[in-house]
Amino acid sequence: MKQQYWVPALMLMAGMAGSAFAAKTDITIGMQLEPPNLDPTGGAAGAIDEVVYANIFEGLTRFGSDGSVKPALAASWTIENEGARYVFALQSGVTFHDGAVFSAEDVKFSIDRAMAEESTNAQKALFANIDSVEVIDASTVAVNLKQADGSLLFNLAWGDAIVLDSATAENAATLPVGTGPFAFDKWVQGDRIEIVKNDAYWGTPAKLDKATFKFISEPTAAYAAILAGDLDAFPNYPAPENLAQLDADPRYSVVLGSTEGETILSTNNAVAPFDDVRVRKALAHAINRGEIIDGAMFGYGTPIGTHFAPHNPAYVDLTAQSNYDPEMAKALLKEAGHEDGLTVSLKLPPPAYARRGGEIIAAQLRDVGITAEIENLEWAQWLEQVFRGKDFNLTIVSHTEPMDISVYANPEYYFQYDNADIQELMEAFGAETDQEKRTAMLQQAQQIISDDYVNGYLFQLAKTGVANSKIQGLWENSPTQANDLTAVYWED
Amino acid sequence: MKLRSIVPGAVLILIVLIAALVSYVWTPFDVTTLDIRNKLQTPSAEHVFGTDHFGRDILSMLMVGARTSIAVALVAVGIGMGVGVPLGLLAAARRSSWVDEVVMRGNDLVFAFPALLIAIMITAVFGAGAVNAIIAIGIFNIPVFARLTRGAALSLWTREFILAARVAGKGALRISVEHVLPNITNILIVQGTIQFSLGILAEAGLSYVGLGAQPPIPSWGRMLADSQTLITLAPHLALFPGLAIVFTVLGLNLLGDGLRDWLDPRLRRER
Repeated sequence: MKQQYWVPALMLMAGMAGSAFAAKTDITIGMQLEPPNLDPTGGAAGAIDEVVYANIFEGLTRFGSDGSVKPALAASWTIENEGARYVFALQSGVTFHDGAVFSAEDVKFSIDRAMAEESTNAQKALFANIDSVEVIDASTVAVNLKQADGSLLFNLAWGDAIVLDSATAENAATLPVGTGPFAFDKWVQGDRIEIVKNDAYWGTPAKLDKATFKFISEPTAAYAAILAGDLDAFPNYPAPENLAQLDADPRYSVVLGSTEGETILSTNNAVAPFDDVRVRKALAHAINRGEIIDGAMFGYGTPIGTHFAPHNPAYVDLTAQSNYDPEMAKALLKEAGHEDGLTVSLKLPPPAYARRGGEIIAAQLRDVGITAEIENLEWAQWLEQVFRGKDFNLTIVSHTEPMDISVYANPEYYFQYDNADIQELMEAFGAETDQEKRTAMLQQAQQIISDDYVNGYLFQLAKTGVANSKIQGLWENSPTQANDLTAVYWED
Repeated sequence: MKLRSIVPGAVLILIVLIAALVSYVWTPFDVTTLDIRNKLQTPSAEHVFGTDHFGRDILSMLMVGARTSIAVALVAVGIGMGVGVPLGLLAAARRSSWVDEVVMRGNDLVFAFPALLIAIMITAVFGAGAVNAIIAIGIFNIPVFARLTRGAALSLWTREFILAARVAGKGALRISVEHVLPNITNILIVQGTIQFSLGILAEAGLSYVGLGAQPPIPSWGRMLADSQTLITLAPHLALFPGLAIVFTVLGLNLLGDGLRDWLDPRLRRER
């Protein structure tokens, strides 16, 4: 009889020892927004890429954690025809999660699908310069361009340019099948998405067996979930006010990095009173960036004077051109005929940077005689009224796409800036392949929009990540919207 | 005996009222000026209740916020009374007729929805703001007063003095205004006090979810909402607006209870 008790007891002890010494192989990641679907080629929401990019789906090229463009499904490439033809040699032995073999046909299918007339791709401009995709053999594919283009490899690294299998592309929104190190497992709507390790992965396999993305929109609930241990990491932690406390706690590490999020006071350039450059200039000088970063973000953020990320080598610091000078702002308003004051709308989406930043900006504008009537909107309303309807004077939003200064060349974009100079410049930029000239053009573009005071440039959003201090390998910076978990592991 | 709840209730309400009135001419600090360098200060001699995340003085915010709360609740109760009481009088005067049916079933319809849900619906459709919050809270006050008025008036209509007035040739309208209304004023005042406290709670609730008064107008509910993520860092941010709401509502309920005991002759006789 006695022996029978011993066996389970020993097993129990062995089990305890095992769990105490072996590192965890699963992770739960917190995200603020739930993706509307899981097809990055069919939706604009950043939350889609935050789940699937580099985890489930891969493209020919990809972004590294430092923002550089690296080979992915394309092992190597040669540039022919003076930059107008790219020939990609594909990785061999790649299969999709359902077992289908990856080949050049899939690349052609995916790019053609994104370029097609009826395509719902959110970034069709990335493919605008592609003339045709040519399958040379099963493992070689050529992309022919309309004109030489230095940004093709960068463009193909976007989540919107990932490669799908023609058999499963239709259902990618709910049942994504890719080639990545993780395969989709299940989606509990409103709560979480689970992905599992892909054992047949062609490259360096993932270190984790399983990952769960959990959606928590309330900053308070996010804080509680971190403290309770329900979440192992929150890469874009939404409540900067708690960071100091979490940092002081040895159980957590707080990682500060950069993002591509230019947070701007978007100004409707097509509607009075901000169709007058003097009024926009007054607006720029009425804003005290330091106070906004301190008050809304608790000090996390880098001031910017133009629509460009400060960590990018092509960045020009133009903050001095729109320094805080309320007297100058008042003089400019008077010159523009608004000495009796001005009433404008300020429509704010939900994030703390907008809601808190909006209150601070409204107070700063009040000092120079501009009354900003605050209206708090939910994201759906904001997209409807501001982004699509263009019914606003001012709004605050963070533009998180990489290298998105090109939106200033689109007069239809929601802030409706129409300037032929920048439109020509961005077109020339697209055709330029010389890296130095490209940098000069980007700097020129930054100068133009700063000279025109198109928007109020506030600060570069910091990536404030919180994670269990035993977790290694999470991205420190956010060169694109992604949570690449390939290299993530738990320290013993 | 009867003063036991009137006095503390009245004192609490008086404090809030005075604070709100004083805020029109003076507050310790200007609530629209932000002072980010001095944010999240704990209570001190300079800032009695501390400062919030924008460095604004919390006492000043509470004083101006009291104004918002009282104004919204007062007008909302006014709407409820102004529409509900005449409807109730009409229904009682035309009791058991189709008018009575239409009025009271209409009221039942409004009553069937949870009050705060209607308010959220109205502000969500017509936009957030103090005015829409007032209308929303006012609408769900209507059936409360209509029902109360009808019930009280119905019992009066069977009394002899009404009969005498009818014999004297007075019409239903005159009887309602001259004889019925004065006799139900006391219960209306009591109900008004209770509804007022519910109105303050509703305003705080709507502001909390962002549908009440919009910034920069201070509001107790929004102060609570803003302090949510800061509660471990600066608990005084949530504590003071929370206490303000608690004491105001408590004061109004005590006052309402006290007034009922005092004004209702039947209750007085039972004592």
